[in-house]
Amino acid sequence: MSLIHEIDYGTPASRSETMVTLTIDGREVTVPEGTSIMRAAMDAGIEVPKLCASDMMDAFGSCRLCLVEIKGRGGMPASCTTPVAPGLEVSTQTPRLKDVRRGVMELYISDHPLDCLTCAANGDCELQDMAGAVGLRDVRYGYEGDNHVKARNNGDINAKWLPKDESNPYFTYDPAKCIVCSRCVRACEEVQGTFALTIGGRGFDSRVSAGMAEDFMSSECVSCGACVQACPTATLTEKSVIEIGQPEHSVVTTCAYCGVGCSFKAEMRGEELVRMVPWKDGQANRGHSCVKGRFAYGYSTHKDRILNPMIREKISDPWREVTWEEAYAHVAAEFRRIQYQYGRDSVGGITSSRCTNEETYLVQKLVRAGFRNNNVDTCARVCHSPTGYGLGQAFGTSAGTQNFDSVEFTDVAVIIGANPTDGHPVFASRLKKRLREGAKLIVIDPRRTDIVRSPHIEASYHLPLQPGTNVAILTSLAHVIVTEGLANEAFIRERCDWSEYEDWASFVAEPYHSPEATEAYTGVPADLVRGAARLFATGGNGAIYYGLGVTEHSQGSTTVMAIANLAMVTGNIGRPGVGVNPLRGQNNVQGSCDMGSFPHELPGYRHVSDDATRETFEKLWGVEISNEPGLRIPNMLDAAVDGTFKGIYIQGEDILQSDPDTKHVANGLAAMECVVVHDLFLNETANYAHVFLPGSTFLEKDGTFTNAERRINRVRKVMTPKNGYADWEVTQKLAQAMGMNWNYRHPSEIMDEIAATTPSFALVSYDYLEKMGSVQWPCNEKHPEGSPIMHVDGFVRGKGKFIRTEYVATDERTGPRFPLLLTTGRILSQYNVGAQTRRTDNVVWHAEDRLEIHPHDAEQRGIRDGDWIRLASRAGETTLRSLITDRVAPGVVYTTFHHPTTQANVITTDFSDWATNCPEYKVTAVQVMPSNGPSDWQQDYDEQARQSRRIAGKLEAAE
Amino acid sequence: MSHDTNAKLIYMANQIATFFKSQPQDEAAQGVATHINKYWEPRMRRQLFQHIDGGGEGLNPLVLEAASKIKRPQAA
Repeated sequence: MSLIHEIDYGTPASRSETMVTLTIDGREVTVPEGTSIMRAAMDAGIEVPKLCASDMMDAFGSCRLCLVEIKGRGGMPASCTTPVAPGLEVSTQTPRLKDVRRGVMELYISDHPLDCLTCAANGDCELQDMAGAVGLRDVRYGYEGDNHVKARNNGDINAKWLPKDESNPYFTYDPAKCIVCSRCVRACEEVQGTFALTIGGRGFDSRVSAGMAEDFMSSECVSCGACVQACPTATLTEKSVIEIGQPEHSVVTTCAYCGVGCSFKAEMRGEELVRMVPWKDGQANRGHSCVKGRFAYGYSTHKDRILNPMIREKISDPWREVTWEEAYAHVAAEFRRIQYQYGRDSVGGITSSRCTNEETYLVQKLVRAGFRNNNVDTCARVCHSPTGYGLGQAFGTSAGTQNFDSVEFTDVAVIIGANPTDGHPVFASRLKKRLREGAKLIVIDPRRTDIVRSPHIEASYHLPLQPGTNVAILTSLAHVIVTEGLANEAFIRERCDWSEYEDWASFVAEPYHSPEATEAYTGVPADLVRGAARLFATGGNGAIYYGLGVTEHSQGSTTVMAIANLAMVTGNIGRPGVGVNPLRGQNNVQGSCDMGSFPHELPGYRHVSDDATRETFEKLWGVEISNEPGLRIPNMLDAAVDGTFKGIYIQGEDILQSDPDTKHVANGLAAMECVVVHDLFLNETANYAHVFLPGSTFLEKDGTFTNAERRINRVRKVMTPKNGYADWEVTQKLAQAMGMNWNYRHPSEIMDEIAATTPSFALVSYDYLEKMGSVQWPCNEKHPEGSPIMHVDGFVRGKGKFIRTEYVATDERTGPRFPLLLTTGRILSQYNVGAQTRRTDNVVWHAEDRLEIHPHDAEQRGIRDGDWIRLASRAGETTLRSLITDRVAPGVVYTTFHHPTTQANVITTDFSDWATNCPEYKVTAVQVMPSNGPSDWQQDYDEQARQSRRIAGKLEAAE
Repeated sequence: MSHDTNAKLIYMANQIATFFKSQPQDEAAQGVATHINKYWEPRMRRQLFQHIDGGGEGLNPLVLEAASKIKRPQAA
C-alpha cells in the first residue's frame, strides 16, 4: 500500500469537442480547444513548475513560476493562463526560463521560514518541491529584511508578523508561511462558494484574510476544508497532521454522513487515520467535501463507544457485559420464546440507512428467512418513503432521475423543502457554481434559507409558503403552466398517457387552483407563483431538487406526485440538466431501500405478493417467504402497545430520538420483551433495550453505500473494528445462533447474492466496482455501464402517469392554544440526531438546538434573544433557547433536532403521510412562552437515561 | 385492541380514502383497496374489518365501498 497521489493538471478540463494539436518540448500533443498550455503539457507527462495553479480552480497567473516560451511569440507567458493554439511550439525549459524561475523562487523563499525539518508540511509541501524543481541553491537577499516570518526584527516588534490562528478546531492558519498564491481564496469562492476569504492589502502587505480580518471561527468560514486542501504550504494545515505527521498510505472510501456520498481518501499511518481528503475522481463530489466528511470522524474513536456486548433482564437494571456467544444465544432464545408464545409475527427488525448495502440485505434476510415474517422497515420510513411511493406511481421507479453532474447543465433549479447548504453541502457547492454561471433559482420554503440569498447567489423567486401547503403551491404552479399554454405537449404526447394528462390538465385548470385563489392559505403572493411557473416552464433545462420538507407531511406522497407532474408537463425528464432529484438524508438510505428494507417489498422494489420474486429468494434461501406485507415502524409501535409485537432487532437507528411523538415510541418500546440495539453508542433507544450489540464504523468494514444518485460506491476497511466485528458479521452470527446456515466470508459474497437475485444489480460485483470506480443502478445487460440518467428513452413504467393532486389541509392546525406552526430542519455542522457529530469538535458551531422565532412573535410574548422558552404542542412540551430572526415568517417557528436534551420530537405529533406513514415532522401547532429552564419531562428523561446507561462494575457512562 | 390504535387505523384509512376520492371516480374504490392490500399488514386489515363488521362508524364511505375489494385476512 502507498499514498494515492492524484495528478494535478493545473487548470480545469475543457469541454470543447474541437481538438487542437501543438508541440510541447518536441512532443506532439492533441487536446480540446480551450485547454491551457499547462494542462496540455501535463497531459503529455510534462510537469511545468507551478504554485498558484490547481485544476480545482480557474487559472490565476500570479505565481510567475509556470512561464514558458513559445516560438514566434515574445516574452514568457504563464502556461496556466495561455490557451493552446494549433501548431504552437512550446518550450517549458530554456536557460532564460530557468533563470527567471530560480529568481522567482529566491524571492518567495526570502520571506519564508526555513524550518522545513520541523514543519508539518514536510514531505507534502509544494513550495519545497518547487524549490527543488528549479534548483534553488541560495537566497542572495538574506532573511534580515522586511518579512512576515519573524515576530521580532532585531529586537523590534515586526508589525507584518501575524500569530497563528488556531481558532478552527480542525486546522490552523499560519500567516508566516503564506506565499499569497490565492489558492485558498479561490477555493473558497470557486469550489465551496462561500467567499469567506479574501486577500487584504496590496503588494508586500497582501495577506489572506478570513472575513474582515477576523479569525477563521468568527468569519463566514464553513470549515469545508477546500482551502486547506488547496494550500501548497503549511499555512493551512489539518491539526491532525500537525499532531500525527504525514500519512504513509491511503485508501479510497465513501463518507458515511449524508446522501451525497462523497469519495474520500482515508490517509493513514498504520491503523491511525491521519486525515480524510476528498478524492478528485469521486463522481459525486469531484474533489470537494464539507466539514462533516472532511473532519468530523473523531466519533469513531470516541471513549463513549461501547465495545462489549451487554444484556439485562429489565430496562431498569444496569447493563451486564457478556461474551458475544452469550449475547447471540440470549437473543436467539428470546426471539424463539417470544414467537412461540405470541406468534410468528410478534418480532421484527429495523435495517440501518447508516450501514452498508450488504449489512442491510442481511438484516432483511434475517427477518424474512429467519423470523419468517416481513416485519422489517428502515429509517427511510421517516424521510423519503413518500418519494418511493410517489415516483413509483408516476414514473414506475422510486429512483431519483439524475446524477449530480447533471446540475452543470441546469438552467433553472427549483429547490423545494430542502436546505442544501446545510443538509447536502457538497451538492450545494456544485449548484451554487452553476448559479454563478447564470442559472436561475426558485426556492419554495417557509424559511429564507441561506441559498435564497448569499454572496453572488440570489434566487429569482422565493415562495415563502405556510408549512403544510406544498400541494397547493405545486398545483398552482401547474395551473399557471397549463392555463397559460406553457405545457410541453410534444413531450407529453410522446412520453406520457395523453388521456391521463387531459384529465389532470382539466383538474389543475380549475379556477380554485389559481395562484390568486390559493394565496389565501399558502400566504404566497399570486404574482410570485405566476412568475416562478413561467420561469420554470420557459427557462431551459429545469431541474427540481427536493428534501424532507416535501415528504414529511400528511400529503408527502401527493407532493412528490405533484413534483413529478411538473417535471413531465414541462418535458424536464430524460436528459442531463433536468429531472426530479430527491436529496436523500443518510449515506445509504437509497441503498437500504434498494435492499428490500420495506415490509412490503423484496430487494429491487418487488412486492412480496409477487410469486416469481418470492420464488427466486425461496429457492436460494430454502424457506417459504410470507406473501403478506409486514408492519412499518409506526405500526410496529402501535402493535407493541396493543401487545402483539414483542421483540425487535434494531441495527444502527435511534428511533427514540429520531421518530415523532417520543412518548408513543417510548411506550411502544417499553411494552416489548426483547429490544436488541446494535449501535456504536448507548443511544436513546438503548434506554429501552435488553440487549446491546456493539457496532462498527464505516472505517472498520468493507461494503458499499448507494448515494442519492443511485451510485454504488465502495466502502473500504482501513482499521480493525474496535468492537471486534463488522456489523455484517454480527448479524451473521446472530442468524447462525438462530439455526441459519449462513457462511459469508466477505461482504463481496453478499453482493454476489444481491446481484444474482436483483435484476437492477445484475452486473454489480466488487471486481466490477474495482474496475469502474462506481456504477449507478440499473447496472445490467441492458445498461452495462450503469445509468447516470433515468427514463432516457421512455419511462420505466411505460407511459408517464399524471396524477391529480388535490390539496388537503393537514389536521394539525393552529388555534387559540397553539397559534404558531413549528417546522424542523438541520444545520451544516451537525448530522441528524447528532450521535456522531456531537462526539466531535463540530459542537463548537452548534452546541445546542435553538428555536428560531420572528421578532414580532417574540415581542408579543416578551421573549428576548437567547431566553429560555417553553415550546408546547398537543403531544408534549420541551424547553430550549430562542433565536430571534426574520428568516422565519411571523407565525412560523423553526428548530433543529440534533441534541437529545432538546427532545424536539416530544413536540411532534403522530400525524403521518396518508400513503406511507412518513411522519409529519414539518408541521406542528405550538405555543411558545418564556420559561425558567428544563421541563419536568426533560428532567425525568435525563434521570431515566442516566439510570439506564449504568454498566455493572463501571463508572457511569457519560453522554 | 386498544381504543387508541383503532382510532388511528380509522384515521389512516380515511386519509387514504381522501386521496383516492379526488382521483377519477371509477378508480377510487379500487385505489383504496389496492393500497390497503399492498401496504397493510394482516393484523391491521383484521382490525379494520372488525370495525367495519361492527358498523364501521367514523369511516369514510369510500373505505366502506372499497371493503369488498380488500383482502380479508384469516382469523388470528
